[in-house]
Amino acid sequence: MTAANSATDRAGVEVRLENLRRSYAGVTALDGLSLTLAPGEMVALLGPSGCGKTTAMRLVAGLEEANSGRVMFGGKDVTGLPASKRDVGMVFQAYSLFPHMTAEQNVTFGLSLHKVGAAERTRRAAETLELVGLSAYAKRYAHQLSGGQQQRVALARALAIRPTVLLLDEPLSALDAKVRYRLRDEIRRVQLEAGVTTLFVTHDQEEALAIADRVGVMNAGRLEQLGSPTEIYSRPATPFVAEFVGLTNRIPGTVKFGMVEVRGTELPLVQRDVPTGPGIALVRPEAVSLASEGESVPGPLIGTVIAVAFLGATSRVTVDLGDMIVLAQLPTALASEHPAGTRVRLSIRPDPVLIAREEKAPVEP
Amino acid sequence: MNRSRRIKLQIFRATVFLVLGAFFLVPIGAMFEFSTRGNSVSAPRTLEAWTNIVKTPDLIDAIVASLELAAITSVAMLVLLLPTMVWVRLRLPGLNRIVEFLCLLPLTIPAIALVVGLYPISRWMRINLNESIQMLSVFYLILVLPYSYRALDAGLSAIDIKTLSEAARSLGAGWGTVMLRVIVPNMSSAILNACLLSVAVVLGEYTFANLLAYENLQVAIAYVGLVSAGTSIAVSVASLLFAFALLMILSFFGRPRDRVARAEETVIPGPLGPPIGVK
Repeated sequence: MTAANSATDRAGVEVRLENLRRSYAGVTALDGLSLTLAPGEMVALLGPSGCGKTTAMRLVAGLEEANSGRVMFGGKDVTGLPASKRDVGMVFQAYSLFPHMTAEQNVTFGLSLHKVGAAERTRRAAETLELVGLSAYAKRYAHQLSGGQQQRVALARALAIRPTVLLLDEPLSALDAKVRYRLRDEIRRVQLEAGVTTLFVTHDQEEALAIADRVGVMNAGRLEQLGSPTEIYSRPATPFVAEFVGLTNRIPGTVKFGMVEVRGTELPLVQRDVPTGPGIALVRPEAVSLASEGESVPGPLIGTVIAVAFLGATSRVTVDLGDMIVLAQLPTALASEHPAGTRVRLSIRPDPVLIAREEKAPVEP
Repeated sequence: MNRSRRIKLQIFRATVFLVLGAFFLVPIGAMFEFSTRGNSVSAPRTLEAWTNIVKTPDLIDAIVASLELAAITSVAMLVLLLPTMVWVRLRLPGLNRIVEFLCLLPLTIPAIALVVGLYPISRWMRINLNESIQMLSVFYLILVLPYSYRALDAGLSAIDIKTLSEAARSLGAGWGTVMLRVIVPNMSSAILNACLLSVAVVLGEYTFANLLAYENLQVAIAYVGLVSAGTSIAVSVASLLFAFALLMILSFFGRPRDRVARAEETVIPGPLGPPIGVK
C-alpha cells in the first residue's frame, strides 16, 4: 500500500460513482447513477425494494460488475477490481458471521488476509470489539450472540481491516425495533469515530433520516433527490420523494395560473410545468392546522376528528372531511384541544406543494 | 401429554426399535453363526473361516484395492462436486436443476446398462492409460454422485453460502480461501456424510468390477465363496462391521460443536440444528 493510504487511514476517502448502469436480463436495475461521497461522509441510499439501491452498493463492493460507468475510491479507478482487492468493509442484512469462528476469530480473519502480523491482529481485534462494546464477548460463537450483537461483531469485522469505504446493506432490517434504534445510533457513533466514508442502504426512511449526513432517494434505478435529511423531508424535489419520505396527504385540487386550489385554499407550486386542470396536491401533515369550528356552516375544510395519535411532543390527528381523510400533525398541547368526535376547521399553510404525477410507467425523458 | 399416552408412545418406540433391530441384526448374527460352523453339522465351532481371510492373499489384495478405491473415489467426488455445487449456487443458480438432474441420473440407470455403456471407455483406458484396478474409481465416481450430491446439497442449504462468501470476499479472501476457510469448515458433517456414503457404495460394489474384470472386495468374496462358503460369509460380516464402525466414527467426528446455548430462541433447521423433537 502507498504512503497516501496510510496517511488517509483514519481520514476517510472520497468515493465517486460515475454514471453506473446495470441491467439483469433486460431489466434495468440501475440507470446511470452518479453520486459522490465526501471523505468521511455517511450517505444513505433510500428507496423501495427494487429501486436499485442494493445493486448500487454491490457495484461499489465489487460483488457485481457494472454494464457501464466507473467507481472511484480517492481518485483511483477500482471498477475492474474484484471484491477481494477493493478494501471495502461490508455489513450485510443477513447474519454473516462465520459460524465456526468466535467473534474475535471473525475479526482477525480479514486481518490475516491483509497480512497483518499476529500480535497486531489480536490488538486490533480487541480494539475494534471494544469500539462496538463487545470486548466481553470475544470468545463467543455467532450462535451464542443475539442478533444485535452479531451485527455489531460484523461491524467490527468490517472496520478492523481499516477499509476505504464502509458499506452497510440494510444491517438493521433483521433486528427488532428496540435493538434497531440502539444499534442505529451506535453505528453512527462508530462511523464518526472511525471517520470512514460510508454508504448505507436502507428502505427505512426513519433510519436514513436519523443517521446519514445526506440521503439519496432512489426510484426505478435513478437518484430522485440527494440532500440533507431536512431538505429531503421539508423540500422534496419530486412527488415520489414527497410520498416515499414521511406521511403525505393526497388532496385533489385544480391547477391554474401557477397555483393549485385545494378545497378553497390556494397553494403555490414547487414544480413549474404542471399542466392546468385537476391535480392531486401533496400536503405534509405539518402544514395542516386545526381550529375549533366557530359557526356550524359546512365548508370544504370542516370535518370531524376521528383519531388522535400521541407521538410524544407532537400528535397526529386524523380528520374526516366527509369525502376524504386528512392527517394533521401539531404540538400535543394543541392537539389535545380537539379530542376525537369534535368538529374542527382545517387550514392549510401556503407552503409550496408538489402535484402528484399520474400513476404511469416511470419512463419520462 | 398425559401419562398413559406417554407410556403408549414409549412402548411403540421400543417395539419399532426392537423389530427393526432384529431385522438388521438377525441376518448378521446368522451369518456370523454360519461362518463359525465346522465342515459338518456335528463338528465343533471353529474360527477357521475367519483366519482364512488373512491366509488368502487374493482376498487381502482385494480388500486393500477396495479401500484404496473408496478413498480415491471420495476425494475425487469432493474435488469435483463441492466447488461445482458452490459455484452453481452462487453464480449460475439457473443451472441448479440441471446439475441436480445430472447427478441423480446414475441412480435411474441400472448398473448393468451403465457397464455396457462404459465398457469401451474402460477398454480404451486399459490400453492407453493404466491397467490397475484404481482406474475403476473413474466409474465409481459416477456411481456415488447421487448419494454425495444429496448429502452435500443438504449441507449447503443449511448455511447461507452467498452471504458468507460475500463477507469473506469483502474482507479480502480469494475463491480458494472462501472454499477452504469458510465453506468447508461450516459443512464438515455434510462432507463426512458424503464421504461415508461414497465409501459404503464403493465397498459394496460388485457389478462394475465383475463385468469389467477387476477384482475388488465383492468380486473376491464371490470367488472365495465358490471354494469356502464360510470364508466368504466371514469377509462379508467383516466388511459390514467395518462399514458400521466407519459410520460410528464419522458420526462422532461429524457432530457439530455445542450449539445449544443460543442467545436467541432461533433454531437452525437441518443438520446443524438440534434433532427434531427436542424441546
